[in-house]
Amino acid sequence: MSASPNLLAVEGLRKSYGGVHAVQGVSFSLEAGEILALIGPNGAGKSTCFNMLNGQIKPDGGTIHLKGEAIAGLPPRLICRRGVGRTFQITATFASMSVRENVQTALSTFAGQDRRLFGLATRQHRHEADGLLDHVGLLAQADRPCAELAYGDLKRLELAVALSGKPALLLMDEPTAGMAPRERIALMRFTASMARAQGIGVLFTEHDMDIVFEHADRVMVLNRGEVIAVGTPETVRRDPRVRTTYLGEGLVYARPVEGGAP
Amino acid sequence: MSFYVAQFLTGLAEASSLFLVACGLSIIFGVTRIVNFAHGAFYMLGAYIAYTLAERFSGAIGFWGSLLTAAIIVAMLGALVETVLLRRIYHAPELFQLLATFGLTLMVEDLAVIIWGPEDLVGPRAPGFKGAVMILGQAVPSYDLLLIVLGPLVFGLLWMLFHKTRFGVLVRAATQDREMVAALGVNQRWLFTGVFALGIFLAALGGALQISRDAVNHTMDLRIIVETFVVVVIGGLGSVGGAFLAALIVAEFNAFGILIFPGISMILMFIIMALVLIVRPYGLLGRLEAPTRAVIAAAIVWAPLSSAGRIAVAAIVVAVALMPFGVGDYWLTVGSEILIFVLFAASLQFLMSTGGLVSFGHAAFFGLGAYGAALAVKDLGLPLLPALACGTTLGCAGAVVIGWFCVRLSGVYFAMLTLAFAQIVYSVAFQWTDVTGGDNGMLGVWPDAWAASPHTFFWLALAVALGGVVLLRMIVFSPFGYRLRAVRDSALRAEATGINRMTTQWAALIIAGTFAGLAGALFAFLKGSVFPDSLGVSTSVDGLVMVLLGGIGTISGSVLGAVVYKALSIFLVSQTDYSKLVLGAVIVGLVVVFPGGLGGITARFSRLRPVLGPAPPARPESLG
Repeated sequence: MSASPNLLAVEGLRKSYGGVHAVQGVSFSLEAGEILALIGPNGAGKSTCFNMLNGQIKPDGGTIHLKGEAIAGLPPRLICRRGVGRTFQITATFASMSVRENVQTALSTFAGQDRRLFGLATRQHRHEADGLLDHVGLLAQADRPCAELAYGDLKRLELAVALSGKPALLLMDEPTAGMAPRERIALMRFTASMARAQGIGVLFTEHDMDIVFEHADRVMVLNRGEVIAVGTPETVRRDPRVRTTYLGEGLVYARPVEGGAP
Repeated sequence: MSFYVAQFLTGLAEASSLFLVACGLSIIFGVTRIVNFAHGAFYMLGAYIAYTLAERFSGAIGFWGSLLTAAIIVAMLGALVETVLLRRIYHAPELFQLLATFGLTLMVEDLAVIIWGPEDLVGPRAPGFKGAVMILGQAVPSYDLLLIVLGPLVFGLLWMLFHKTRFGVLVRAATQDREMVAALGVNQRWLFTGVFALGIFLAALGGALQISRDAVNHTMDLRIIVETFVVVVIGGLGSVGGAFLAALIVAEFNAFGILIFPGISMILMFIIMALVLIVRPYGLLGRLEAPTRAVIAAAIVWAPLSSAGRIAVAAIVVAVALMPFGVGDYWLTVGSEILIFVLFAASLQFLMSTGGLVSFGHAAFFGLGAYGAALAVKDLGLPLLPALACGTTLGCAGAVVIGWFCVRLSGVYFAMLTLAFAQIVYSVAFQWTDVTGGDNGMLGVWPDAWAASPHTFFWLALAVALGGVVLLRMIVFSPFGYRLRAVRDSALRAEATGINRMTTQWAALIIAGTFAGLAGALFAFLKGSVFPDSLGVSTSVDGLVMVLLGGIGTISGSVLGAVVYKALSIFLVSQTDYSKLVLGAVIVGLVVVFPGGLGGITARFSRLRPVLGPAPPARPESLG
């Protein structure tokens, strides 16, 4: 198992809260450069899965291997240092800093310079930070206080911060929530091209099925803590179980499915 | 055996009294999120007013009526304070409410002296409960038995109130989620006033019940407030049941601890508190707090001084350095003391604003520094500079040990654990007479001849304070400073970025403790002596007041706050017998008029001017 060539290999992951089995025996794998979407109705266990992958929550059972190394149960900071970056469903940024300083702080952490007591932090990694901000389309706002940003921009800032550590695996929890449609497409295109160019594996959750079927290489459907389907967007879309439990549930999502690919 | 039973009953009686006061504090915190420092002051007022009434109206009805009337009067006072003062500052950062209630406490202490005089007052014995009851051959005061019944009775009544009345259900709902209750259309103002009055009523009743057990005096407020904090924190903030359980535990440990460990009786309850918090970080029956509002909002984007700012600071430093040529020795000594407290306040401010860690026990490091220096002089015979190094090292070592425990907690619980450790250190200094001289302190800690004159010492103090503040500022803007702010802003994001929250905050506490130790060491030489007071709660609170007064969101604020507060208090002490009254009134006034602190005033003006540098000023509200 440890010699697995997969970037990420998850085996029998479980978590219960009291009597509620939030995640029960989830297994999947992810290759470098692959984009995997995790979808499912509210309460399906998506967030719990995410939080176990980056160490926010300790799993009750199961294994998680990143590049063959067991990481299940490690604290978030160690998992991060092994190459897992993430964004949060409710954005978490350093609100008292400027946009650039957010990225600079992350960069100096990854460079192991954050123990230095002297020297101006704002002079470090400035160029590198601006490069990342340019990638996510925030360079023009680099000097603005982070607390002033619109929600969609905060999501992009989170992405820049998550990329600062040159992660092998990127976890994105609803990366495009709160964004305008055009911004969504731009952000996901950027993510996809970056993932393929740099060989980063991306796992993301999303409620917008257009985004999911457009950008994911594979889709995994979770319901009541179990994987009910995995496969290419096409196969998942046609899966009858998925249609009854999730896609067919509400008209909002049903329409594009009936209408076929855009 | 019978002796232990009697001791146990004494403990139970003590537990009942503690519970009354503590559950009031807990209820108030639960709903309003105010850590009511004035709770002890209301307790004391309850005792004084009950004393006055009971002296006038004799007989059973007169006595018991007096106690109840006193509690009702004080509760009405509490409601008045809530509507006039606290209501204006609910939206200010939580610490300002602490500051305001601290100001109130100062005022009440002096008012009590003005009205009732400084002497201990002994109230009448309770009619019908004057004697003792023989239990297993031991005399147990019947009043104690009454208290033993009263505690559970009040607990029961509160339970009924909270579970059987609409008011009580709303209080419980608001304790869990204030915003939700507001969204349901409940009149928050009415609810808050009611809860505050109820909590104060319980505190005042607790005080009133003491008049036939103990003497009434004007220092009983501080003693009870510290004990009450301990009980509430052990039980879990906002939990009435927890307060009851914790009062029992603390009181019984006190009753038996004094038999088993007479040497450390004073610190026993703090040791219990530290142990409980390490095992159960939110108290016995407490729940994880909803994330509290950040101590400082991102009101001002921090930046190193502009060149104009540097010139202005340099000019001020030169002017201060020239003071010895134009000012008498007395004022130079006052100036040295202010400079020492500038460094102390700056170190606390670093912890509070950059680190987001509010310490109620910062005096521990200051006092350790002072004792370290004094011991180096008296026991090792070291000269000034090595002794300063010893003091600083002791402050640092204290921070290493205390910090290791404290960074496991956050928010109010962190503050309370630092308080507990400071009290432990204080008690050690107080009770370890062989080494520290106990209450008599250590005398004859004078500087070497070269620094003995007031003006050289002033320059030394200036150099140390300036160096310390500059270093602290450099750390704020260093990569470590950003890492610390990162943890403060979002522990979630920081951990997901590979930052270790605990070690980061631990390091911050060690830095702050080291500088506080340096300030304390210098203070020992300024005064030529060290007393346990330098480790006491009042010194910690002084530091907090300086930081808050100066405005917590601004780096230079603590310097300004320390200068203003220390100068004002030294001036008031020399001018009036009622310095606390004036100081308290000034603090309360400032909090109401300038909830951003003194530094906030300058920031308010500077925001009107075009901003230097590229960053536009941030809006003051920011994050949730």
